[in-house]
Amino acid sequence: MRTLLLFALLFTLPAFAGEDSVRLKDASGKELVAANCSMCHSLDYIQMNSPFLDRKGWEASVNKMMKAMGAPIAEADVQKIVDYLASQYGK
Amino acid sequence: MKTRRDFLKVSAGGLLLAGGARWVEFANAATDFGPASLPSGTLESAQLGSLPGKLPLIKKSFRPPNFETPVAYFNEAFTPNNAFFVRYHLAGIPEIDAAQWKLAIGGESVERPLELTYENLRHDFETVEVAAVCMCSGNRRGLSQPHVPGVQWGHGAIGNAKWRGVRLRDLLNKAGLKKDAIEIVLDGADGAVLDKTPDFVKSIPVWKAMDENTLVAFAMNGERLPHWNGFPARIVVPGWTATYWMKHVTSISAVAQPFKGFWMNPAYRIPKGKFPVIDRFISQETDANTPITEMVVNSLITSPDNGKKVRQGEAVTVAGIAWDGGYGIASVEVSEDEGKIWQTAQLGADLGRYSWRQWSHRFTPARPGRHAVLARATNRAGATQTSDLIFNPAGYHNNVVQRIEIEAT
Repeated sequence: MRTLLLFALLFTLPAFAGEDSVRLKDASGKELVAANCSMCHSLDYIQMNSPFLDRKGWEASVNKMMKAMGAPIAEADVQKIVDYLASQYGK
Repeated sequence: MKTRRDFLKVSAGGLLLAGGARWVEFANAATDFGPASLPSGTLESAQLGSLPGKLPLIKKSFRPPNFETPVAYFNEAFTPNNAFFVRYHLAGIPEIDAAQWKLAIGGESVERPLELTYENLRHDFETVEVAAVCMCSGNRRGLSQPHVPGVQWGHGAIGNAKWRGVRLRDLLNKAGLKKDAIEIVLDGADGAVLDKTPDFVKSIPVWKAMDENTLVAFAMNGERLPHWNGFPARIVVPGWTATYWMKHVTSISAVAQPFKGFWMNPAYRIPKGKFPVIDRFISQETDANTPITEMVVNSLITSPDNGKKVRQGEAVTVAGIAWDGGYGIASVEVSEDEGKIWQTAQLGADLGRYSWRQWSHRFTPARPGRHAVLARATNRAGATQTSDLIFNPAGYHNNVVQRIEIEAT
């Protein structure tokens, strides 16, 4: 119920509409990253946290999102997501 | 009903708020978005953007909204409500109707659970006001070397305000605290968008909750709390970092066991023994780490901007603010020569031990060229700022002595 309510809330708020202006770098994996990460937060979190994480650092971030924050990222997609983040937004 | 179509207006550096809003002129784009030592991706993705009811602030993230206050606003003793920083962990942020809002005081360690309306809160208890600095634990995280992940705050996740409300202890006393109460658990109306994401819930030790300065505040600088700063009521824990200052508070529970939750552990932890803090949160300590508690002594040069050009022989006022965890600022010293000689700055009015203290110093460059100007605060507990970063994985407690350059020609 709570989830439904909150989703409804988000979708009725173009509130966060400014985030439409966020453009991730074009590369393989971009759509996957956008679809998964934007479930909970705007994609500027990725830009803001760059370019100082190495592959291990991005892997840790993705793991934290899955294990601590409950992001429902498919196991098969994890490496592709980490590849994109490390190659496009890594150090 | 507010229209949300224009919820967020953003530009790359211009003023978008129309009609009479107070606005501070920014010197140039480089200083608009924070120090050059922030990660390049942070500076590139920053924008000036205004949330409803707010002036353009530095956008760190759109959703959840994290916006920091440009340093120019810190030249005032109290930070205007519409320029006060905004920080959320989770994106489910309801707009609350005060008439429908309820605050529950309960938990296993109270005798008589009770529920308060907005009217009850404002009229049934003694009202008090405290001037206090509200600073995100992660303020200046973006200046950590090496950089650490998280919201890459510059200097602006901080503000000073007069908080008016009721003492938390008056509410707890009305509910009747049992002898076994060890922590007070605080929850707000905002939440996650996924069920599996841990809700943002915090606890504070009973002794801090019972401190006469700890409030359930409903007003800020003489106005009702802005939505983005916790309307209709938020917890105010003077001296402690803002992670405990629960916004949109709906539930206050006394418990007999240490509260376990992601936002208490592993989040918001500092290594034990690394920082000169006095307040401890013993029921939450582990062998390795402890929750962040009070703010460490710190200062900020708010004027002039880094790189300011002045004429040789012409006086320039170096001004700023200094604060700590509530012991009070004893002195601020300024160096005009990269830290070789330190001179005592003039302190502004004492607005209370939890408020920041303004300070100023007249500097007249005697020779042309670049002058490195540093500021360093010391508190009444004898603690002073560090010259070298005390690194920690979350980038907390960055009170490295700040340095700006003034160029005389």
